[in-house]
Amino acid sequence: MQIYLPIAEVSVNAFLLFGIGGLVGVLSGLFGVGGGFLITPLLFFIGVPPTVAVATGANQVVASSISGVLAHLKRRTVDIRMGIVLLAGGLAGSAVGIWVFNLLSRLGQIDLVVQLTYVVFLGLIGFLMLQESLRTMRRNRTGTAPRVKRHHHTWVHNLPLKMKFRASGLFISVIPPFGVGAAVGILAAIMGVGGGFIMVPAMIYLLGMPTKVVIGTSLFQIIFVTGFTTFMHALTNQSVDLMLALLLILGGVVGAQIGTRLGARLNAEQLRVLLALLVLAVCGKIALDLLLEPGELYSLAKVRS
Amino acid sequence: MRWLSAIFLLACALPAAAQEEVVSGLSQDRISITANFEGSDLLVYGAVKREEPIPDTGLLQVIITVEGPSGPIIVRRKSRQFGIWVNTSSVEVDDAPSFYAVAATAPLEYVLSQTEDLRHKISVPQKIRSVGAPQDVMDSPAFTDALIRIRQREGLYASAESGTHLKEQTLFSATFDLPANLVEGNYTTRIYLLRNREVIAQSQSAIYVRKVGIERWLYTLARDHPALYGALALFLAGLAGWAASEAFRALRR
Repeated sequence: MQIYLPIAEVSVNAFLLFGIGGLVGVLSGLFGVGGGFLITPLLFFIGVPPTVAVATGANQVVASSISGVLAHLKRRTVDIRMGIVLLAGGLAGSAVGIWVFNLLSRLGQIDLVVQLTYVVFLGLIGFLMLQESLRTMRRNRTGTAPRVKRHHHTWVHNLPLKMKFRASGLFISVIPPFGVGAAVGILAAIMGVGGGFIMVPAMIYLLGMPTKVVIGTSLFQIIFVTGFTTFMHALTNQSVDLMLALLLILGGVVGAQIGTRLGARLNAEQLRVLLALLVLAVCGKIALDLLLEPGELYSLAKVRS
Repeated sequence: MRWLSAIFLLACALPAAAQEEVVSGLSQDRISITANFEGSDLLVYGAVKREEPIPDTGLLQVIITVEGPSGPIIVRRKSRQFGIWVNTSSVEVDDAPSFYAVAATAPLEYVLSQTEDLRHKISVPQKIRSVGAPQDVMDSPAFTDALIRIRQREGLYASAESGTHLKEQTLFSATFDLPANLVEGNYTTRIYLLRNREVIAQSQSAIYVRKVGIERWLYTLARDHPALYGALALFLAGLAGWAASEAFRALRR
């Protein structure tokens, strides 16, 4: 069944869109990533113009994140207090990020910068996560007791403004989470994504939050960051396609529920290996696009009025 | 004074009487883009009206074109820099139609002379106006060629050598395939009659391509009330997320 998208001005298969939304929704519920880094390239691939794909992708991420968060709330795996601190940092960061984005677009090389940031960050995070989780899995298999370092005191613990994050079982300063939120916010605005795939590992490795709480908390703050992005795109570029968004959302919300329930059955280490492999696969695809000679050297772009 | 105007009228009437005129029709002059728009077929048909017998000065040929709304477009080219492929040069084409299809009774170069093509701008390359490329671009025609190539692949530019059928040098028709990725606006169909590779008569008519129903509503809302539209997008996203969560909870019970 073909459907005409009023803003994108292309006609695409409705079931294909439903499928893409569903796939990304499952990943969203499973890993706590918004899926923006996956949905945007997929939409390019089926012929949706880049500006529409980025803005509408953000809208879809809002819906699947809400669906995911509600499922996590019922399992009490959302640290709302931590989420709010991260979000405050995130909004401050994305304001800076939007400024950097505009500066780079004026210099004319935004596409390249975005692609390079994707390759560097996805590659780095994917590799680190894969290495770490494989090591843990091997250790568990050989039977040696894992070294649990829950309370290793570093300079982080001497910072002021300490706050109790009960759901995460942490008593730390708000400065590290705020900083993580801000850093992710900057990157998210430049890369046009929610930033879950950076946020999740940062919360596990930098803040020492338990994996169980990380996903729900990440989704919680993604709702607001992508909501803000969607609204800004609708306001400045009029590039949100509601018809496209609704089809993706229909698939996405269903997928997110399935993903969350699937996530409850898998163990944390397996989840991490899967996410690491996924991140590395997307990274590899983008790197190949940059390195291999494209089939068509020329591309068309609408003149911004 | 009166005899002068009489002569003038006669002078006007004489060539008109010798001429062949076009009488034409369209299968539809209004195309509605609905939510399940999958493209459309457009039939252009007509006849040659004559007061005199068919002249024997060369064979009659017909060219029919359909043109979509035009606008400027940027064509970018990638090249390898430090081992990766980057957009390095770009040319802004001043005016190119969003859709253009030509159907003739025979190959275009056989039917139409180059000077007539220049005058009436019939072939696809003539439709693209590009004045002045930036200083660092030496081969601006390559960019125009790329534009044509890309749009041809998308089915937006088409040139059918024998797409027009002509019967008894009088009745003609051509079918155009309007793709699903059609842009809204005013489209123009033109019919040219030719003899000896020269245009002897032409006529044109308009087709209105419009989004209707929900498509129209969303498009207008996005343009005119962006804040409301953005809020609506977020509200729907929230509603859908909540509804899915509730539905799944109900299913599990």
